[in-house]
Amino acid sequence: MTTLIPAGDFKTSYAADTTIFPTATSRNFAIAGVVLLALCPLVLDKYWLSIMIQIGFLSIAALGLNILVGFTGQISIGHAAFFGFGGFASPWLSNHFGIPVALSIPLAGVMTTAVGLIFGIPAARLKGLYLAIATLAAQYIIEDFLGRAEWFTGGVAGTIAEPFSLFGFVFDTDERYFYVVLAWMVAMYVLATNLMRTRDGRALVAVRDHYLSAEMMGINLTKYRTMSFGISSFYAGIGGALYAHYLQFVSVEGVTILLSIQFLGMIIIGGLGSIMGSLMGTVFMVLLPELMGAVTDALAGGAIDRALNLKDSLSYLREMAIGLAIILFLIFEPDGLAHRWKQVKAYWKLYPFSH
Amino acid sequence: MSGEPVKRPGASPPAQATDPVAPMAGAPIFEARDVSLRFGGVRALTEVGFSILPGELFSIIGPNGAGKTSMVNCISGRYRPTQGAVFYKGRDITALTPNQRATIGIGRTFQNLALFGHMTVLDNIMVGRHHLLRNNFLTGSLYWLSRARREELEHRRAVEEIIDFLDLQNVRKAVAGTLSYGVRKRVELARAMALKPDLILLDEPMAGMNLEEKEDMARYIVDLNEEFGMTVVMIEHDMGVVMDISHRVMVLDFGRKIAEGLPEAVLRDEHVRRAYLGEEDEVLVDPEDAALRPGRVA
Repeated sequence: MTTLIPAGDFKTSYAADTTIFPTATSRNFAIAGVVLLALCPLVLDKYWLSIMIQIGFLSIAALGLNILVGFTGQISIGHAAFFGFGGFASPWLSNHFGIPVALSIPLAGVMTTAVGLIFGIPAARLKGLYLAIATLAAQYIIEDFLGRAEWFTGGVAGTIAEPFSLFGFVFDTDERYFYVVLAWMVAMYVLATNLMRTRDGRALVAVRDHYLSAEMMGINLTKYRTMSFGISSFYAGIGGALYAHYLQFVSVEGVTILLSIQFLGMIIIGGLGSIMGSLMGTVFMVLLPELMGAVTDALAGGAIDRALNLKDSLSYLREMAIGLAIILFLIFEPDGLAHRWKQVKAYWKLYPFSH
Repeated sequence: MSGEPVKRPGASPPAQATDPVAPMAGAPIFEARDVSLRFGGVRALTEVGFSILPGELFSIIGPNGAGKTSMVNCISGRYRPTQGAVFYKGRDITALTPNQRATIGIGRTFQNLALFGHMTVLDNIMVGRHHLLRNNFLTGSLYWLSRARREELEHRRAVEEIIDFLDLQNVRKAVAGTLSYGVRKRVELARAMALKPDLILLDEPMAGMNLEEKEDMARYIVDLNEEFGMTVVMIEHDMGVVMDISHRVMVLDFGRKIAEGLPEAVLRDEHVRRAYLGEEDEVLVDPEDAALRPGRVA
């Protein structure tokens, strides 16, 4: 869909025509949104803050997966393993080498990139279902490694992660850590947006849309498919590291294939090939269980509960309702939340003269 | 669509002195030596040899299945000849991959549209600048802090010149997959031009177009050749266009070269007539086949 620009808003330079936000209003709204988010710790309780922090680090990893799946057209069902690797790498660096956490998080991202590249090199030659199986193998290999490598992860017992600190200021409460995650999230989303509007980002999309003509345009397919894996792993590693220093404890149990599938769910629901879609999908996937939980809590002990004699079934109903919501969503909005958001914006821009 | 004003290029593209009647003499820009291409038992090309001089507008014609696209694929690197070699600017490029050939100055369009359907027209053409841009995933991500921004804007200007040339201003920000056929063909030409190729391969640039669109496209191709100084290799079925704008024509039939020369000469050629009328021709009888089947070949 072409972006709608208000009449009279003429661009007089190429610089003005290549901004991230199409209009000054949309840019101001985005800045206001970040400022509002920054005020959240002052008003929200601990529970909601923990949910928002979760959304923060998960959405960074989801964005990484979207770069790989949505923008480059490669599939990965081993994303959680990279997320986990980053989650262990950062505490390993800070515990064993005394590297400050503020530095160990990006370093963990770089380490995860290296691992991602190793698995990305063979994957660059595979496509579709074959790649899915190859990444499934990556998931199990890395998961197994994390479970066994006691020197690195503390084995099945897991490992303690130090809290994030900067210049002696310790971000050990939810209120404080919220800002760490927010800063990382904004930075990572801006970086991804810049990437997608420059040479290598275009090359990734070109590889997805028509790899034969991409190659004729001078794009080295192997290089870009592998690079996409590396970038995606970097994002996963950062997300994982932020997760580790939030809980201040990591164990291998949290990074199973189930989380990989959830990451895929986030980007499909949010919108493949959409940067903001990655965030929207993460919000959806994190809030949906909360919403369903609230509904079942409200039902419990109520008239419907008594009439149908639901009792224990309620918790199952909750799981089923989550599944149902996702299926319904995919049927009615297969292009994702980002697409729906665009349509909503277009509707109000043209209202009341939509035809 | 937004109607942002377009900056007109200050200077016109470097013109190269080319005489449409007698192409520039000198070393050939491209040369195929005894190129054969087989797919299992199918002979797509058999010992085809020709050379193209710099500044030429060279057409390859022939009936369906004659091996025209296979030949272009051998030039662009999609296929590697089973035998023989291809040379570009005197250098053996037989072993180069398509993306390496793009960086040394060979661009092409496809017979069936091959645009990046979900990208805007602008981004599609910007992909053509890929090998000319230097920013990478690191500098690109840091956009304002690196040279990437300035570089992108410089190339945007170059792309706008191409947009101007091909009259694509009104679809600049449209998603390529939503455009009509004729416009998409033009976008594809724009994308190939953005590579700044010295040798541009056009595979049926006028297929499926109406007369007016064909006239426009013929004009663009002649301008590409004369104004932008690109050597053009064109496959086209419209004989009127081929005879009008080509400097030289090569005719393929059943994977063999049956004629090469000036358009008028080719048109008069006996073998060419037979090829198009479907008559049997002794130049096409494969010695191997002839040995297997003495007598008439059906």
